Amino acid sequence: MKLFIPNMLANADAGFWFPPQGSTVAEHSDSVYFFILYVCTFFFVLIVSLMVLFMVKYRHRPGVEAEKTSTHNLTLELSWSVIPTLLTIVMFWVGFTGYIDMRTPPSDSYDINVIAKKWSWAFQYPNGWIESELHIPKGENVTLTMASDDVIHSLWVPAFRTKMDVVPGRYTQEWFKATRAGEYPLMCAEYCGQKHSNMISKVIVHETRGDFDKWLQQASDIHKNKTPVEAGEYFYKSRGCIQCHSLDGTPKNGPTFKGLFGSERKFADGSTGVADKNYIRQSILEPQSQVVAGFRPIMPTFKGQLTDQDITAIIAFIEAQK
Amino acid sequence: MATVVDSSDPKSNFPIQYRELNYLNCSSGWKSWFFTLDHKRIGIMYLIGVTCSFFLGGLFAVLLRTELLSPDRVLMGPDSYNQMFTLHGAIMTFLVIIPGVPAAIGNIILPVMLGAKDVAFPRMNLGSFYLWMFGAAFFLAAIVLGGLDTGWTFYTPYSVTTSTAVITALLGVFILGFSSIFTGLNFIVTIHTMRPPGMTWFKMPLFLWALYATALIQILATPVLGITGLLLIVERAFHIGIFDPALGGDPVLFQHFFWFYSHPAVYVMILPAMGVVSEVIAVHSRKHIFGYRFIAYSSIAIAMFGFLVWGHHMFVSGQSRVVAVIFSAITFSVSIPSAIKVFNWLTTMYKGSIRFTTAMCYGLAFIFIFSIGGLTGLFLATLATDVHLHDTYFVVAHFHYVMMGSSLVGLFAAVHHWWPKISGKMFSETWGRIACLGVFLGFNLTFFPQFLLGTRGMPRRYYTYLEEFQGLHIMSTCGAYLLGLSSALMAGVLIYSVYRGKKAPANPWGGASLEWQCSSPPPHNNFDHPPLAGDPYIMESVVYNEEIGGYVPVECQGDNKQSVTASGDKEA
Ligand code: HEM
Ligand SMILES: [Cu+2]
Repeated sequence: MKLFIPNMLANADAGFWFPPQGSTVAEHSDSVYFFILYVCTFFFVLIVSLMVLFMVKYRHRPGVEAEKTSTHNLTLELSWSVIPTLLTIVMFWVGFTGYIDMRTPPSDSYDINVIAKKWSWAFQYPNGWIESELHIPKGENVTLTMASDDVIHSLWVPAFRTKMDVVPGRYTQEWFKATRAGEYPLMCAEYCGQKHSNMISKVIVHETRGDFDKWLQQASDIHKNKTPVEAGEYFYKSRGCIQCHSLDGTPKNGPTFKGLFGSERKFADGSTGVADKNYIRQSILEPQSQVVAGFRPIMPTFKGQLTDQDITAIIAFIEAQK
Repeated sequence: MATVVDSSDPKSNFPIQYRELNYLNCSSGWKSWFFTLDHKRIGIMYLIGVTCSFFLGGLFAVLLRTELLSPDRVLMGPDSYNQMFTLHGAIMTFLVIIPGVPAAIGNIILPVMLGAKDVAFPRMNLGSFYLWMFGAAFFLAAIVLGGLDTGWTFYTPYSVTTSTAVITALLGVFILGFSSIFTGLNFIVTIHTMRPPGMTWFKMPLFLWALYATALIQILATPVLGITGLLLIVERAFHIGIFDPALGGDPVLFQHFFWFYSHPAVYVMILPAMGVVSEVIAVHSRKHIFGYRFIAYSSIAIAMFGFLVWGHHMFVSGQSRVVAVIFSAITFSVSIPSAIKVFNWLTTMYKGSIRFTTAMCYGLAFIFIFSIGGLTGLFLATLATDVHLHDTYFVVAHFHYVMMGSSLVGLFAAVHHWWPKISGKMFSETWGRIACLGVFLGFNLTFFPQFLLGTRGMPRRYYTYLEEFQGLHIMSTCGAYLLGLSSALMAGVLIYSVYRGKKAPANPWGGASLEWQCSSPPPHNNFDHPPLAGDPYIMESVVYNEEIGGYVPVECQGDNKQSVTASGDKEA
């Protein structure tokens, strides 16, 4: 719905209030915002000017009495009940129509699966390829089908003015149509623990569908275009390992990868083992089966999100961290 | 110089201004306080408890804001930050704002306003204070036993899986809930059964209407919070699946339960403050309140509609679209009664004789801040905009405008308005007003930038943030320092007055409700005979008396030689 209200400030570039509008939804959402803002500003100015006027005019002065005025006035009181009511009905209506659009994914859309976990995003494209950044083509409807591995997260792209919780145990959906190519922040908006504020990624909007397809083609051929160590490093950075495992020897939420390969491991249950290829593979697929002593069992599983070839590359990368 | 008339002066025909023996000194020793059944002493103990909690919560706030000066580490790591914002929120909500006006000020003033000797159930009243202490102790225990990092909202499944002291904190919430229910029950029964001759429902001061509406919410909504807390405890302790999907539960169900209490609870926080402002504006403008019935009904309307809007906290939670639409529609209906009140207060000031006492300054600050708080609620009630704004600093700013800027400023107004009655002393108006100005400026500087942070893309509960937000965060932090210093100054001014203040007359501001008729501070049993109640807003019924430095009923003044006008000036 195109609004009859002028879009002051809500131009395509960042205004005083908002980041640049990047989606079709943003245009509507901002015009609703400015409509409410004008109404509210009017009432706020009215209230405060009356207040200040009365404060000055009726301040206590020697010899001047408070004047007895009538203590109620039905017309007055009804009018300041009814006029705001009518205005809120309009607000409700414009908000409602916009919301229904936002929450009804169009049937002809490009589908991407999203898996949120503490504290990273995984975007899975129709060909199975997974990335930690969201790439989409401009001018095309994109629908995200989202699931969470652990607690509630919420996917928010401020430039698109749209947000949806990602709830464990069910799927939620969010859709948009990007209107400008570029990079925009994408973040988690529902508090999810220690690194909630690091759960920031990017949306990259490609100018054309052709550009996007080319990118996807190249990205998913990673094993052809890169050595296993390079590919492993890519997964390390893009799938969230980096959040908890350092390369410089400092323990974070998980043990460091430096000097890990081939070392002796002590587990929480008292047993020991050697960090060989099978150990690393199992740690990625069933992280809770062997928890290293001194760490909490918080690592999520990557089963189904990394192929055998990907895991082999990661092992090569860890092996290279002497 | 005003002299204060003591009961020992038999020649005076004025009401007794001050008694040697009052509720503060009629007995002494710690037992006389800890086992007291006197509503005023219980109220004072609440006030002290609330003040301590406020400064603890405030200390956390200042540390949080300091951390946010930079996106990098300033004072603490993310774990401490998360625990600190959780405790800040939980302490401010459950230990400060919910008991602030009703339990502390309400306890002291409600029976006196009714011309009664005490509340209906004095023992239960003391019990509710001990429950409050007990609940607060559990909160402190939670800090020691590993902290709490769930946010004050305890959202599942995070709260089921975190390793912090969730059970201890929930037990605290459970116990505090009972404290709140007891106070509510007591107030309802007291208002129903103990009104003095002449005080019909529509002759009650509006503060009592507000407390009545609040009490209704307290007893109807709080049990749901208690049960929700218990369910969560059961789930954590025995791994029975209720809210955690890993155990077969439903995490969104928790949000429904939680907000079914917590939304009405925001009205527990604001309604009493609105009641305070109705009194303060009328008394310090020396005007009859405008639209008494509309204000009274709007309190009840807010209390009732407040139960029907909880789903507006869940527009992006995955609840069905139809449900979201219904909740949005009903949410707008709560904003109307709030608007009505604001216009009624303004009209009350019309043609008044406004004194800028400290209490009035807080009252005016309330109108300014509450207007912003209430109006920004409209952006959140509107579905299309809430999707962007939910869980951002915009929401943080909105609820601080209503909770801190309105509820707490309402409490400040109440404390200053009734301080002469409570303590028997006058505080320095000059310093009081300076503190008020500091609170007002500091508050707006802290929270206005947060609206912008929210619309521009800053989520709440973030330890670190994108570079571009640093400027606004620094502004906000500076405001927080000013706010902190000013509230400390306010407390200092009041505490100083206890030791060095002038003796207060019975009626320093010219109020016409019953609490101004007994001496300051009131004697142990408030009134020797139940007073006769009339319209509590006929300000002309009292006139200023130079000799006393306060207001006295017109009929007494007639005998006095000095002739004074109703607004306190000597007639030329
Ligand atoms: C004029 C009436 C008001 C309206 C229309 C309104 C509307 C809303 C809406 C729709 C939300 C949900 C926003 C979101 O989570 O996305 C919200 C949040 C909130 N409001 Fe209000 N509100 C009003 C007044 C108040 C008052 C008087 C208080 C308290 C004294 C209050 C306290 C809160 C709190 C604490 C939250 C957020 C809670 C949280 O997520 O932690 N509101 N408000
Ligand atoms: Cu999250």
